Amino acid sequence: MAMVTSTERVIDTTVGGGPRLRGGNGFPKNGGGRGGQGGESLRYSGDRYRIGVWLGLGSILMLFVALISSYIVRSASGNDWHPIAMPKVLWLSTALILISSVTMEVSRRSLKQQSDAGYTRWLMITVALGLAFLASQILAWRQLVRQGVYVASNPHSSFFYLFTAAHGLHLLGGILALGYLLLRTTRKRSTIEGELLRAGAAGAATIYWHFMDGLWVALFSLLFLWK
Amino acid sequence: MAEATHEEVHRHPAPTGFIRKYIFSIDHKVIGIQYILLALTAVLVGLVMSILMRLNLSWPGTHWPIMATLFPTGAPGGIMSPEFYLSLVTMHGTIMVFFVLTTAPQGGFGNYFLPIQIGAEDMAFPVLNMMSFWVTLVGFVVLLLAIFAEGNLTIGSWFSKLGESFAAGSGTVGPIGGWTGYPPLSALGKVAGPGQGAGVNLWIISIAIFCVGSLLGALNFITTLINMRTKGMTMMRMPLTCWAWFTTAILALLSFPVLLAGGILLLLDRIAGTSFFIPGGLYVSGSLVPLHTGGSPLLWQHLFWFFGHPEVYIAILPGMGATSHILSTFARKPIFGYRAMVFAIFAIGMLGFFVWGHHMFISGMSPYSAIAFSVLTLSIGVPSAIKTFNWLGTLWGAKIRFTTPMLFAIGFVSLFVAGGITGLVLGQTSLDFFFHDTYFVTAHFHLVMGVASIFGMFAATYFWFPKMFGRMMNESLGKVHFWVTFIGVYAIFVPFHAMGMVGMPRRYANFGEYEFLKSAHGLVLFVTVAALITAAVQIVFYFNFFWSMFKGKKASDNPWDATTLEWTTATPPPHDNFAGVVPEVYRGPYEFSVPGAAKDFIMQTEPEGPDISGGLGEASGNGNGHKH
Repeated sequence: MAMVTSTERVIDTTVGGGPRLRGGNGFPKNGGGRGGQGGESLRYSGDRYRIGVWLGLGSILMLFVALISSYIVRSASGNDWHPIAMPKVLWLSTALILISSVTMEVSRRSLKQQSDAGYTRWLMITVALGLAFLASQILAWRQLVRQGVYVASNPHSSFFYLFTAAHGLHLLGGILALGYLLLRTTRKRSTIEGELLRAGAAGAATIYWHFMDGLWVALFSLLFLWK
Repeated sequence: MAEATHEEVHRHPAPTGFIRKYIFSIDHKVIGIQYILLALTAVLVGLVMSILMRLNLSWPGTHWPIMATLFPTGAPGGIMSPEFYLSLVTMHGTIMVFFVLTTAPQGGFGNYFLPIQIGAEDMAFPVLNMMSFWVTLVGFVVLLLAIFAEGNLTIGSWFSKLGESFAAGSGTVGPIGGWTGYPPLSALGKVAGPGQGAGVNLWIISIAIFCVGSLLGALNFITTLINMRTKGMTMMRMPLTCWAWFTTAILALLSFPVLLAGGILLLLDRIAGTSFFIPGGLYVSGSLVPLHTGGSPLLWQHLFWFFGHPEVYIAILPGMGATSHILSTFARKPIFGYRAMVFAIFAIGMLGFFVWGHHMFISGMSPYSAIAFSVLTLSIGVPSAIKTFNWLGTLWGAKIRFTTPMLFAIGFVSLFVAGGITGLVLGQTSLDFFFHDTYFVTAHFHLVMGVASIFGMFAATYFWFPKMFGRMMNESLGKVHFWVTFIGVYAIFVPFHAMGMVGMPRRYANFGEYEFLKSAHGLVLFVTVAALITAAVQIVFYFNFFWSMFKGKKASDNPWDATTLEWTTATPPPHDNFAGVVPEVYRGPYEFSVPGAAKDFIMQTEPEGPDISGGLGEASGNGNGHKH
């Protein structure tokens, strides 16, 4: 009877409470192969970066949804709502970040087509455009300060400074991530797993970058086009 | 065990230095224990505060010499001032909700056991995992700073130098506005009272830091669960603990950013002069608040409770998961209705996002919104009842092994019902008008979110201790701990309902002036005695915990005859959890007393033999089918 033999195996293997594996004191002596950066295993491929970045964007989205809801509620709650005049340099910011999205996409596709040089070059251009965007945002702040419009001047200016600062910080995080990718381009990737990890990381960074682009367009429209 | 089916995997080597191994470790097990130790520390602070509150309520005006020494300003002559009492209320709530009920269940046990239970060697992002703990710890240190900045004149004077909004050294132990920190008083600075200067600033900063730490953790949990389940570990073969941690992580991921947004706005109101929450024409303590116009205090309530309601599920869902897991194990029966349990836990989590308005029934909201919030709130009773009846179904006709973890799991069910049932009372607008801000509310949330969650964690501690430390906790001490705590918490919180019904308002430092509350004073004294006894018996738990770590009976790899993956590996588990072997899963998590099997449990890794796994086959759970 097959049934009996199989249940007998259950008895055999679970004596002492289940099949036992090696390595009792918690830290096995045999090290094994080291996989990937920061002690990551190769068993799980680059998918985790993509999943992780989408989840991270989910929470960033919730942060901005909360701030935008506050903007809408606050705009209707007092009679002190006086929209500020838009600093013209914001058109430049918007153009810069839109272009940077394109260059980021070109960079990712270069990597996909195994053009390491193209990948590196377009990544650098994207970083430069990102920094230029931040500089342009700071310029907008300076324009407003010259006009005497500060954080506490009125609720609309409060939200303007808050939105640009929060978005800028998140974009700075993206620039740091791109910088990290650039540092890693100097390292030769001989294994397929290494390539997959790099493609995964680059793909995740691209998703993040596009999101920051779209987020800026949304905030910009809300601040100056939405009535 | 079919070793041949396991493939060798790449592993990261175990760290060798003390600092990388135990302090800045990227091993999820070490990080889990760090979270648990953080919670064990924080809960002591919160507990001492609750005892001080009880002493003040029962014997107002008494001289406590030690208080005079510790807090010469807040308790002049050893008599606690009302503001000092309010700051105790605030900090007790904040510490317990954030640094105990959110850290231990998710960061602690979730970190330790989620990767092992799904057969992964670590979290998806180990470095991020380490950061989430250390960020959380910094948040806790900042919150402790609030205590010292306000309570200690020397430290307070350092903060006062930072500017007007950081005025400190008021003699309290933190802000006095409660853990909900409602503006406008929380947004105004020291004009709003002692503790409202640096205390509130540090309180907001601490919570903002905590939000960031929780977000990093939540992102990691979800990615790990989606991406790193081992071969054969389908979603519907996961232990219910994993489902609970997964749902909790989703709640945290979507709700903490909203609190973070609120915190940023509140801090800007305080230090940058904005008017998000401060209306114009506001008089505080007889003087007009200048320079602010048009803000909306209600906006904060919406932001806060949009986070605040999911937060209470963040506290209790892991307890539900642990309870389901432990009940099934010691009832020696499959969990009743595995699928229904999964859907119920998910439904509770998702509904939690649409009910925040029930905290604001008296805010003047439209009665139509109130009805919508009310109906949605009451509808949470459906999945909650599904869970409760499934727990009872699991226990029905079982040969129960009454171990300490099982007692605490049964205690969880009892407390969840006792505390949850009053949710149906408070969820109705008309009744809430009367009960709002009375002890009835305090009774409700302490039973269901506070004590029930803690019982879930006690159950988890006694259950998983042998796996974590290789030794059993003492059963006799555990049973003393259980019975005194179980009777104690009911003795504390059942009278709270009665106090609420006679109209006793929460957060009052002294009821002596109110004639209509004189009759309740006997109850107040009774609760204090019960609280002192219940608090004292926790010493037994702490002793048991640390004593057993070194002197407890040596544990085998599977002391409870349980079935899930953590019991297949060594004790304590090796650095990569399965010593380089990838476990393969063939069946559901709760195969107890399977007809035809020789033993009354079948491990998830057991390839042959009858399979009755919960999620496979029929469309709905029929876990009840296997009695002796």
